[in-house]
Amino acid sequence: MSDLSGGKAASRNAVRNGEPRKAAIIALGAALPVLLLAVWQALGDRGAISTMLFPTPLTIADAMLSLIRSGELWGHLRISLVRAGLGFGLGGGLGLLFGLLVGLSRKSEKTLDPSFQMIRMVPHLAVAPLFVLWFGIGEESKILLIAKGAFFPLYINAFLAIRGVDNKLFEVSRVLGFSRFKRVARLVLPAALPGILLGVRLSLGVAWLGLVVAELIASTSGVGYMMSDARQFAQTPVVFVGILTFAVVGLAADSIVRLVSRKALHWQDGFKG
Amino acid sequence: MGNGVLLDIRNLNKTFQTNKGGVEAIRSLNLRIREGEFITVIGPSGCGKSTLLKIVAGLDVAYEGSVELEGNRIVAAGIDKGFIFQEPRLFPWLSVEKNIAADLSLRDPAIRRRVDELIELVRLQGFEKAYPRELSGGMAQRVAIARALLRSPKILLLDEPFGALDAFTRSHMQEVLLDIWQQNRTTMIFVTHDIDEAVYLANRIVILKPRPGEISGILANDLPYPRKQASASFQELRLAVLSEFHGKIERQEYVDRAGI
Repeated sequence: MSDLSGGKAASRNAVRNGEPRKAAIIALGAALPVLLLAVWQALGDRGAISTMLFPTPLTIADAMLSLIRSGELWGHLRISLVRAGLGFGLGGGLGLLFGLLVGLSRKSEKTLDPSFQMIRMVPHLAVAPLFVLWFGIGEESKILLIAKGAFFPLYINAFLAIRGVDNKLFEVSRVLGFSRFKRVARLVLPAALPGILLGVRLSLGVAWLGLVVAELIASTSGVGYMMSDARQFAQTPVVFVGILTFAVVGLAADSIVRLVSRKALHWQDGFKG
Repeated sequence: MGNGVLLDIRNLNKTFQTNKGGVEAIRSLNLRIREGEFITVIGPSGCGKSTLLKIVAGLDVAYEGSVELEGNRIVAAGIDKGFIFQEPRLFPWLSVEKNIAADLSLRDPAIRRRVDELIELVRLQGFEKAYPRELSGGMAQRVAIARALLRSPKILLLDEPFGALDAFTRSHMQEVLLDIWQQNRTTMIFVTHDIDEAVYLANRIVILKPRPGEISGILANDLPYPRKQASASFQELRLAVLSEFHGKIERQEYVDRAGI
């Protein structure tokens, strides 16, 4: 009877009165960075800090505007985005694939996981020169370096998420007579989705990190190259523009994944703070 | 199989292997259940009632003896043996109607119609699109019941399904279940530790005693439905179940004391 249960559905609507506070929350989050920038600008203007090492925010903004106007920034950024995207797609895709495989079968765990764990422990910077030797200074070495980084977070998180699926629900799937395929598609994957999406977020971050390493080491284009080139000519503002670009684009990518996660995992009943 | 016997359990023995050796959970249990019967199995904890149910469900196939459904030995879990767990165990990422359909597609018009019928049967109209986190315990358990019924099981096995519910919700759920049974005539085995519940629901009450799990007695219950818990005949039967318990418990205590 519905009278046993009306309360819970009604409480869904009662929570939605926090809308006007959104602006206040943003202001709260922005207060510290804005203050920092103001102090920085003031100190730079008075000559208290070296404008060579710490160009003032206004100088950086100026450099950024001219880089945007000349199309230089966008040209480098586009190349970087393609590299990061391809590397993330390749590495993350394979990581997800092998994570699912190893998660679903104990036999493949025993054969594959030890090797993967070994490769995981080799640092980026250690293999970067080798990658350049093997695959040349072209795009391949960079994309593969990014892929190597992006592989592991997705691999490990997909693997662990599958192993963490509630055994009680497996029992239900047996009682309901799920086929092997349905058990994976309708039980394992949805149950592992929170972990997989966390893996996507971490992989994306690592791909971005790998991009910087790849472009700083050996490159003739990309935001990383723009930075290392500027450093050689002591154009510190351009270095800061590069850092800012990496931060903003990285944050944007992360926000997109977070938004997708929130939509896909709306059924979760977790602590919301 | 003739004479309406649906489930035939003969000389069932079950031993759990632990690192201290074997623990006998069920000893030489014999039980025949006819089609359409409502059986309640009652006994104190450790009497093997949940173990018995898991064996019938095919979730535990490491047993000795013979357990046959319509003459076929039970070797695996499947949709012919519906199972309701103590907790609802719904898929948290699916809405009520999709939980009921589970691996079946609601786009199939036949499934769609059956799901709608079952939602009506378990009285959940208006909650088709709700998610498990929005449901009360009783509602979630009704979804689980509808999910099992959609597969038209030959037998429905219920493992203390209302144990976690408050008294009002529980008595409401008992009504719902009797309704379903009277409409569908699905054979039921209902495990409980609540004597009133056992007497209220069943045609036959199977009383188990613990260590090892053995049938202590089987009582027929011919009281007409709907049953009145306050009636003299209900109380009489309740006392009969209780005395079956007490007899065994007194004997148990006697044995325990003899050990000192």
